Amino acid sequence: MSFPTEAELKAILLKVVAMSKADECTAQITGTTTGNIRFALNNVSTSGIVTDTELAVQVAFGKRVGIATINEFNDAALERVVRRAEDLARLAPENPEFVPAVAKQTYRPTNTFSAATAAITPEYRAKMANASIAPCKAEKLIAAGFLTDTNRFVAFANSRGNYGYQTGTALDYTCTVRTEDGRGSGWVGRNLQDSTSFNAADEIRTAMRKASASADARALEPGKYTVILEPAAAAGLITFMMRFFDARQADEGRSFLSKKGGGNKIGEQVYDPRVSFTTDPWYPGAEVMPWDEDGLPREKMALVEGGKIANLNYSRFWAQKQGKRPVGQVGNLLMAGGTRSTADLVRSTQRGILVTRTWYIRMVDPQTVLLTGLTRDGTFFIENGQIKYPLKNFRFNESPVIMLNNIDELGKPVRVSADEGDMVTVIPPMKLRDFTFTSLSDAV
Amino acid sequence: MRRDFLAVTGLVGGGLVIPSAFGRAIAAEALQSTMDVAIKKRLADAALTAATGAGASYCDVRVGRYLRQFVITREANVENVVNTESTGVGIRVIANGAWGFAATNDLSVDGVAAAARQATAIAKANSGSQTAPVRLAPVKGVGEVSWKTPIVKNSMEVPIKDKVDMLLQVNAAALAAGADFVNSILFLVNEQKYFASTDGSYIDQDVHRIWAPMTATAIDKASGKFRTREGLSSPMGMGFEYLDGAASGKFVSPNGVINYGNSYDMKEDAIAAAKQARAKLTAPSVKPGKYDLVLDPSHTWLTIHESVGHPLELDRVLGYEANYAGTSFATLDKRKENFQYGSDKVNIFADKVQVGSLGHVGYDDEGVKTKRWDLIKDGKLVDYQSIRDQAHILGKTESDGCCYADSWSSVQFQRMANVSLQPGKAKLGVADMIAGVENGIYIVGDGSFSIDQQRYNAQFGGQLFYEIKNGKLGAQIEDVAYQIRTPEFWNACSAVCDESDYRLGGSFFDGKGQPSQVSAVSHGSSTARFNGINVINTARSLG
Repeated sequence: MSFPTEAELKAILLKVVAMSKADECTAQITGTTTGNIRFALNNVSTSGIVTDTELAVQVAFGKRVGIATINEFNDAALERVVRRAEDLARLAPENPEFVPAVAKQTYRPTNTFSAATAAITPEYRAKMANASIAPCKAEKLIAAGFLTDTNRFVAFANSRGNYGYQTGTALDYTCTVRTEDGRGSGWVGRNLQDSTSFNAADEIRTAMRKASASADARALEPGKYTVILEPAAAAGLITFMMRFFDARQADEGRSFLSKKGGGNKIGEQVYDPRVSFTTDPWYPGAEVMPWDEDGLPREKMALVEGGKIANLNYSRFWAQKQGKRPVGQVGNLLMAGGTRSTADLVRSTQRGILVTRTWYIRMVDPQTVLLTGLTRDGTFFIENGQIKYPLKNFRFNESPVIMLNNIDELGKPVRVSADEGDMVTVIPPMKLRDFTFTSLSDAV
Repeated sequence: MRRDFLAVTGLVGGGLVIPSAFGRAIAAEALQSTMDVAIKKRLADAALTAATGAGASYCDVRVGRYLRQFVITREANVENVVNTESTGVGIRVIANGAWGFAATNDLSVDGVAAAARQATAIAKANSGSQTAPVRLAPVKGVGEVSWKTPIVKNSMEVPIKDKVDMLLQVNAAALAAGADFVNSILFLVNEQKYFASTDGSYIDQDVHRIWAPMTATAIDKASGKFRTREGLSSPMGMGFEYLDGAASGKFVSPNGVINYGNSYDMKEDAIAAAKQARAKLTAPSVKPGKYDLVLDPSHTWLTIHESVGHPLELDRVLGYEANYAGTSFATLDKRKENFQYGSDKVNIFADKVQVGSLGHVGYDDEGVKTKRWDLIKDGKLVDYQSIRDQAHILGKTESDGCCYADSWSSVQFQRMANVSLQPGKAKLGVADMIAGVENGIYIVGDGSFSIDQQRYNAQFGGQLFYEIKNGKLGAQIEDVAYQIRTPEFWNACSAVCDESDYRLGGSFFDGKGQPSQVSAVSHGSSTARFNGINVINTARSLG
C-alpha cells in the first residue's frame, strides 16, 4: 500500500493546526507498513502485513495538555480529533513540567530510507525463509526464525511554525538453528536499513556452523574468565546501561552516574580510556530520524570520550531547569573500536571464552548497573588462539561499567540486532578480562 | 519471557507519550460505552457466512473493543493521563486443512465479509506448504451466552480526578514517610470481546483488569547510595474495589510486614515502602551461601511463572518459540515418564477460572469453556497447557482453554493460563513455618528475574529480605539473589502453608511470539519453604 505524498500530508497537518483554538497545537501523522514471516521446525508458521496510518493531535491550554488520535482524514474527522484533544486538555490537571512546543527548526535530513527495503514483497520474505530452511533441512538441522521489514514515514507541524517530514526503512532478521537431537544451537542476527546487501542464504551458514559446533558442550567451572563478546552479545549489556544516561536521574542521586554529595559525573573518568560512545543521526549505515519525539533536532554528540562522561540525556524540562541548551534525545549509539574482527580477537587469545549471544538480561542492582543474564546459542572455549571445544552455557552477573574497565581489546564495530530494545546500535566485538560467570546452565 | 514493559515503551519518561501500541487515544467518557451485541452478531454472521461460502471448513470471528487507561504520576505531578481504544474484527479460518487469518477495523458487513474471504484465500495459499492438516479438538457450540468479570466497581466509571487525587495522596504519604522520590501508576483494562464460530457459539465477554504499581526511592546523598522499594500489590482481574484497602485483604507477616490479597491499601503500602527503602540504605549485606528460603506469595508468583508456567507451554515444548522465548527442558518424554519435577509437597495446577485472577474468563479466544487442570501432581509432571489444534499431540480430546490474542488484529495462540502452587493440606501458618528454620532468609515481593531459554537456570531477587536465625525473624538484609536449577529447586520444597495464606501475584505484560503479543496472568500460592538454596551477594563497587 502506498503512503500519501508529502504535499498531501503537509496540507492535512496545516489544516489541523489551523482548526485548533488552543494556545498551541502539534499535529503528527505517522504511517507504517510492517511485513513479517515467521518459521519454526523448518516450516513457515505465520506471515503477514500490517499497515497503519494515524494522526495524533496534541494541544495545550496553558499547562493543561490533551492528546487525541484518529485514523480517518476527512474534514469532519479532523475537526473531531482536534475538538477531542481540546476537551481532554480542558479536563487535564496542570502539568508543572510543561514545556511549550518546539519553535521552528531547520533539520538536516538523514539517509534513513532504502527503496530496496521499502519494495520487499511477500515473495521476497518467503524466499528468505526458504533460504534459511532449505540448507538446514539438507543438513538435518532445525531452523526457527523471524524476518520483519518496516517502511514508515513521519510528518509533523505545530502552531509555532515548525514542520518536518521524512521516510525510513529497516529490516531485522534472526534465526536460531538447532541440531535434531537438541544438543547444539546456533544463532545469527542482522539489522539493516538497506536490504540490498542482505541474503539469508549467507547468514544462515553462521547459525548452522555454530549449531553443529556447539553440540557435546563441556562444563567449565563458573568464575572470572577472559571473554570475547561478539557485538550482539555485548550490545545486550551496553544498551541496558545506556538507559541510565539520563541527566535528571543522575542529578536526583538515583543513578550510577550520580556523584557522591550531589550532581552528576559529567567530566569524570568512569571507563577505560579506550571507551568512547557517540550519537550521530547521520552516521552512514546507522542513520536515524534527525529529530526526537518532541521534534528537537538531534546532533552529533559525544556521550563518553576517552572513558570520561561527556554528555547525558536532558529532557527539555530538565535542560530548562538546569540552564542547559536542550538537544534532541539520543537516537543511535555508536561505540568506537579498532579494526580487527571477532576471529582476529580469537586468534590473539591465550585462554578465554567466546560468547555468541547474551539472553534475558535484567537489572540486579541499579546502583552499580549489575546485570544478570545467560550465554546462548554458541559458547566456546579458546586456547592458544583457537576455538577448542563448545562450552555449556553460563549465567553471568556483571556490570557493564566494571566490564568496560577490564578491556583487553576492542575490535571493529558493526551494526547489531538486539533481542530487546530498538535503538540502532553499532558496537565492536570486545575482549574483556575477569568477566564474572556465577553458575552453569544446562540449557541448549 | 516477561517483558520489561515500562522501559520498552518509554512510559517511565517525563513527556507525553502515547502508548500507541494499544490503539487510539479517546476521551474518558468514551471508556464507559459498550457496543450493541446485536451489531456484533450481525458482523460475526457476515464473516461466518462469507468464510464458509468461500470454502472454509471452520471459521471463528472475534469482534473486539479494547479499552485502556493509564494514569502516571511522580511526587506532586501528574505526568500523563491516556485513554486508548482499539476496535476491530479478527477472523480465523481453516481451509484445505490450513489456518488463515485476516483482520479489519472496517466495521461494516461488507468490510468484515471481505476480510473473511481474504482469510480463506490466505488459508488456501498456506495449505500448499502445510505438512499435515490442522486437527481441532472438538468444541460443542454454546449458543448465545455472555460472561463478565465479577467486578464491584467499574474502573472506567471512576472519574479521572478521583484517580489522580488518590495517586497524589499516595505520593504525598510516601514523601512524608521519608521517600525522596515516588512514582505511582494506574493501568486499567477493559476487553469487550465477542466470539462467534461455525461450531454455533456466540459468546459476549466483558473482561476487566487493574494494576497499581508504585516505587519509593530513598537516597543518601553523602554516600551516593540509593535504594528502591516497589509496591507489594498485584495486578488483578478485578474492578476498582481492589483499591479499597479492606482489612480482609491484609496478610501481616510475623515481623509486621503487610502483604495484600484481594484488596490493596496503596497509601499504607507507600508509607511502608518509604520506610523500608530508607532502611535498605543501611541494611547489612547478605553473606553468600546455602539458605533455607521462606518465600511470600508476593515473591513466589514470579518463580512459578518462569520455572513452571513457561516450560509447560506446549508450543515451547514443541519448538515453535525456539527463536525468541526459547524451548523447554520439560520435553514430552518427561510427561510420559512422570518426571519428578518437584517434591511430593509440590502440586501445581493451571486454570482460567480463579475469581480475581488475571486469566479469569468464561471462555477462551477460541470459544472453549475455561477450566482447572493439574500440571504437577505430588511432584510429578502430568500435563501441559494446550489449545484446540495441539490437544491431539498429547492424546487429549479437549483443549485446555488457554488460547488468547492481545488484540482483535492479532492471531490467537496458546498463552499461559494461571499457574498456581496448591496450598498445603495440613494446617500451617507462616509463623510456624519460620519457627522451623534454622538458617534462612524470608523474601517478600518480586525483584530481578532472569531464566535461560530452556528454563533450567534462573536467578531471582526480591523487594524485602529478612534473615531467619534459629526459628526467629531477624534484621532486614540486602544484596540478596538466589540461583536455581528448576527441578532441584522444586524438589527442595519442604513445606507449603495452608490455604488461609493463599494469595495471587501476577504479570500484566507477559510477552511471547513474533511479532510479540502480551498477556496478563496470575500465579497463586501460599508461603512456601525451599531448603538449601544457593544465595549470592549482588553488591559490587564501581571504585
